[in-house]
Amino acid sequence: MSSAAREDGLAKYEPVIGLEVHCQLLTKTKLFCGCLNRFGDAPNSNVCPVCLGLPGALPVLNRHAVTLALRAALATQCAVQPRSIFARKNYFYPDLPKGYQISQYERPLATDGFVEILVGGEARHVGIHRIHMEEDAGKLLHEGFAWSGEKSGVDLNRAGVPLIEIVTHPTLRSPEEAHAYLDALRSILLHAEVSDVNMEEGSLRCDANVSVRLRGATLLGTRTEIKNLNSFRNVERAIHHEIARQIATLEAGGRIVQETLLWNAERGETVSMRSKEDAQDYRYFPEPDLPPLVVDDAWIASVRATLPEFAAAKRRRFVAEYGLPDYDAGVLTESREVADYFEAAAKGSGNPKAASNWIMTELLRALKDDARPLSEAPVRAEGLAAMIRLIDAGTISGKIAKDVFEEMWTSGEAAEAIVKRKGWTQVSDEAAIAAAVAAVIAASPEQVATWRSGKTSTMGWFVGQVMKRMGGKANPKVVNALLQKALEA
Amino acid sequence: MAKVSVETVDHLARLARLSLTAEERGLFARQIEEILGYAESIQALDTDAVEPMSHARTVASLREDTPVAGLERQAALADAPDPADGLFRVPRVIGG
Repeated sequence: MSSAAREDGLAKYEPVIGLEVHCQLLTKTKLFCGCLNRFGDAPNSNVCPVCLGLPGALPVLNRHAVTLALRAALATQCAVQPRSIFARKNYFYPDLPKGYQISQYERPLATDGFVEILVGGEARHVGIHRIHMEEDAGKLLHEGFAWSGEKSGVDLNRAGVPLIEIVTHPTLRSPEEAHAYLDALRSILLHAEVSDVNMEEGSLRCDANVSVRLRGATLLGTRTEIKNLNSFRNVERAIHHEIARQIATLEAGGRIVQETLLWNAERGETVSMRSKEDAQDYRYFPEPDLPPLVVDDAWIASVRATLPEFAAAKRRRFVAEYGLPDYDAGVLTESREVADYFEAAAKGSGNPKAASNWIMTELLRALKDDARPLSEAPVRAEGLAAMIRLIDAGTISGKIAKDVFEEMWTSGEAAEAIVKRKGWTQVSDEAAIAAAVAAVIAASPEQVATWRSGKTSTMGWFVGQVMKRMGGKANPKVVNALLQKALEA
Repeated sequence: MAKVSVETVDHLARLARLSLTAEERGLFARQIEEILGYAESIQALDTDAVEPMSHARTVASLREDTPVAGLERQAALADAPDPADGLFRVPRVIGG
């Protein structure tokens, strides 16, 4: 579809998007048994009667898995339900040895939260409908063996690994918003140490529910669910594709069928998977082997006390505490490492705005040029702070400081040592500067006449000349003052 | 009393991946009706003031996140009808 046609479609129809994110929890063991929760081991080496679904085996809930689920719930501002109930979701598939998945249905662990995202510089809340706990299924292998043509292999190492499913309200309005939400959620789950959020290893998985409706309509259109989205980029692409497909179908007089679609990233299109089974076909009922999960206030409080500060809160604090513009605060809080670096540099230098400027321009550029992570930056926050102090004390000019920074970056030396070794100390000595000013004025009668005729915008040229004579080391404030005086004389 | 059709039995059988004989379909329809009838007689009781109880124990006992040795792979696969290369094998399933 051409971009013009797409815009016409979007002028008439409004996309409605909801996301379901499955996230593996960073526990040592599985949700209901003591088998290792570890990616990459030999197939079927982390299994026991419980996760194999052998007769008579009984599940016992992993306390730490609940704690991690609570961290996710509190980090997304959800209300934790004091009693939640595990339920059996019944269906037959070879990756599910018991014939049912232990999940939560009517009474999930947590409800009604939100994740803050930035859309075009504006903060917006994406509503979280619910977070519930469940066990992962095993893994099916369809390729790679001599017998792969006729048979599928089953590896149950992943069966029983703890998951949370985080479900948004259908409040996202564009593929870009969906992407922004996933970035924000990923950052929260990573920093709360709930999950390693590794999409390649499947510890974060996303399904998207997409529908469109005429703008102004209040009822939701029929939705489709897209699975197999293995990167945030593909989530965005698949939603774009599905919105366009639904609009084209409706415009051609067709109907949207509620179904599950698989995203084919190579071909950039969705393929129908199977008509979605109704929820009642899963025949949910309370898991009789697990009593209700009771979470008391003390447990919630102890989890809350150990949560880190998240990007949105940090952004607001940087504006309030350091007087930074919203833009700076947004850039600096994109990663926790940059935010920590900034705070150290701001405190060490006593000049938060200067620290912000140096980080946003020189530091991030140098990292990008070298393709290095911040943890390997040769200029540490304390070193940058010391350099900013030299500028603020008038020892070096801001211009020279750029050279000092480059030198610090390549040699790893401290700013003060570099300034001393190179003789880059700024000259504030009035007599020396006055001599240079006098020399410039004597050598430039034409320019002086122009300036005196009223073209005072040529001041910058004079400053440049004086700086040149002084090897760039003159204090610009003193230069300006002395030039002004000499020209007006 | 609830009426259970043969179609409902077929639907349940499909979800449970069971193939039933004509005789069994009729038998199970009648038996499911009896079970639902029993549930209906219980539902006639006034339970408005009673907290639902799905479990005999009211609070879950939890385990610590400590690894416990499970089954050796050989033992895990010992009773499988068709193991190979350390995997359980099943008729090829794809796309589901």
